[in-house]
Amino acid sequence: MTSPRPEVLAKLTPVLTKRWLSPDAWRIDTYEQLDGYQALRKALKSDPDDLIAFMKDSGHRGRGGAGFPVGMKWAFIPQNDGKPHYLVVNADEGEPGTCKDLPLMMNDPHALIEGMIIATWAIRSNKAFVYIRGEAIHAARRLRNAVEEAYAKGYLGKDILGSGHDLDIVIHSGAGAYICGEETALLDSLEGYRGQPRLRPPFPATHGVYGCPTVINNVGSIASVPHIVLNGGDWWKSLGSENSAGTMIYSLSGRVANPGQYECGMGITLRELIELAGGMLPGHELKFWTPGGSSTPMLTAEHLDVPLDFDGVAKAGSILGTTATMIFSDRDCPVYATYRWLMFYTHESCGKCTPCREGNFWMTRTFRRILSGKGTHADLDTLLDTCDNLLGRSFCGLGDGATSSVTSSLQYFKQDYLDYIEGHRRPLLNEADLVGAH
Amino acid sequence: MLLDNEVLKAEAREIIARYPEGKSRSALLPMLHLVQSQDGYVSGEGIAFCAEILGLTKAEVAAVSTFYTMYKRKPTGDFLVSVCTNTLCDVMGGQTVYNVLSEYLEVGHDETTADGKITLEHAECLAACDYAPVMTVNYEFYDKVDPEQALSTVRALQDGQLPQPSRGARLCTLKQLSKQLAGWSEDRKEALADPGLGEASLAGLRLAEKHGVAAPVGDVDLNSPIRVEKK
Repeated sequence: MTSPRPEVLAKLTPVLTKRWLSPDAWRIDTYEQLDGYQALRKALKSDPDDLIAFMKDSGHRGRGGAGFPVGMKWAFIPQNDGKPHYLVVNADEGEPGTCKDLPLMMNDPHALIEGMIIATWAIRSNKAFVYIRGEAIHAARRLRNAVEEAYAKGYLGKDILGSGHDLDIVIHSGAGAYICGEETALLDSLEGYRGQPRLRPPFPATHGVYGCPTVINNVGSIASVPHIVLNGGDWWKSLGSENSAGTMIYSLSGRVANPGQYECGMGITLRELIELAGGMLPGHELKFWTPGGSSTPMLTAEHLDVPLDFDGVAKAGSILGTTATMIFSDRDCPVYATYRWLMFYTHESCGKCTPCREGNFWMTRTFRRILSGKGTHADLDTLLDTCDNLLGRSFCGLGDGATSSVTSSLQYFKQDYLDYIEGHRRPLLNEADLVGAH
Repeated sequence: MLLDNEVLKAEAREIIARYPEGKSRSALLPMLHLVQSQDGYVSGEGIAFCAEILGLTKAEVAAVSTFYTMYKRKPTGDFLVSVCTNTLCDVMGGQTVYNVLSEYLEVGHDETTADGKITLEHAECLAACDYAPVMTVNYEFYDKVDPEQALSTVRALQDGQLPQPSRGARLCTLKQLSKQLAGWSEDRKEALADPGLGEASLAGLRLAEKHGVAAPVGDVDLNSPIRVEKK
């Protein structure tokens, strides 16, 4: 294995991940020795409005997939409205391919808590929730411990560090539903209902949890805040690219020599990331990949030099998403991959709206037929037509996201579909899988 | 009867107290986890318990409990073995691992072995794709498993051992774990320190360290407040 070139190595920029090298960073004493709770002291001396303006100027955008400017979200909270305000951290990580928030909460939970205290000071909130995915049990365990440590040291509770700011944090475990990563479904779930998305408007900024103004931010969005306060907004901008300030944790999985987390300034390319990961696995050639999870349209070897930032990926016809790059090779079948993702969306569809509930169900059956060697050319039109009825017509982003791999795989790999339909390729599924499927 | 269990009722009230006054329904998800810590699944009694305490109908509670995968509708084993078969883990070998375990244990998805010890399920993405294919036992990670490792882990469980996960805490039973899901802290101090990291999490950091690469540091006066000119 050849070592990555120096100019590529120089793109590694550990900020959010850097404390992971200290195995005890999840304990408050270690965290404090590593600059922990320094940013909080500075933030609590600052005027909340200045803090919001500072976050806006830093260009910091959400890390949960949509990339909405964090400072702007905070500024949407109406002030002096007499209602309680809430901060809800979306820790329901579950987008296929995505695995950056769990290690962060497991190994640096105080960064999230410190960010939450700063954020609640800015938006004038005294109660915050972390809605953490139920399965993420070790992360929840460490996070709960960190909250207790923070109370014991006066970082949480009443009159934090003498600032007059009060904050209580509740760690709320979910119960296994991908849809709860959608922010309004998350709110319904937090309120004790089935996790189904809400109609917008009104938006959570005015009518969030319990009908009160609420900021919902991803784990990475909030855990970045102490670093930005400590080092400055210009510093954060200098680490990324235009319109994409800061670093991102790129999660490489699949057919590379060293899958893992690689934190780099935004705008790095997949070619460079694969170089950092020691190249493709021997005997594997890159065939398709997702830039940011299964809900982002797949890209191909043609896109190796696309800058992986918000604008760069959009220009290439996909979405930056969660920078979960799942890497597949010429030994993997894009038709099967898409089928398997559709089974996921079918399982996770909440059932509220017809296009998503029925569309995913029927598309799965169509794929099963194609993969069993019984497909027809008309099936491909049916798939595109179904996608047309999901994209933009579903109640929330789950239905939209489900179409991404279908339309993109048909765009780049139509021949793979035709090979099954025209009998050039051995069926992957057998007759038994088709029982009741058509 | 769960409703006669005063300890459980006190615990339910403790959960309700975490949420703002008048918003007790927020306690429903943690309370369903609490029910599972008692019964090992969401029993009919458990539904009645939640309904009674929160002032809901049983139908309202059941509508919620049946929505979420982690709430089990029938008794589960002490150990829930979940194998990720979403696309990435599937192509990396996860489906094979699941098939091998299913054949060995003679159970299918969401089924429990005859001795009541192990429940098997195929799971959707478990957010550990850099360790694919992954398996979890009571939600603790066994990374990069192959059929042999998966089988030996399951055999050890059958023999009454508690094989150490790659990442996550030493095992306890699913009922014991459900108490944490309901919001209680880990009471095994040593379990907190069990590893949260594997080599994949550190891949980029190790490379940066080896080659002396570090992020630049900003020049900020920590003692002065943030001031922004009004535009």
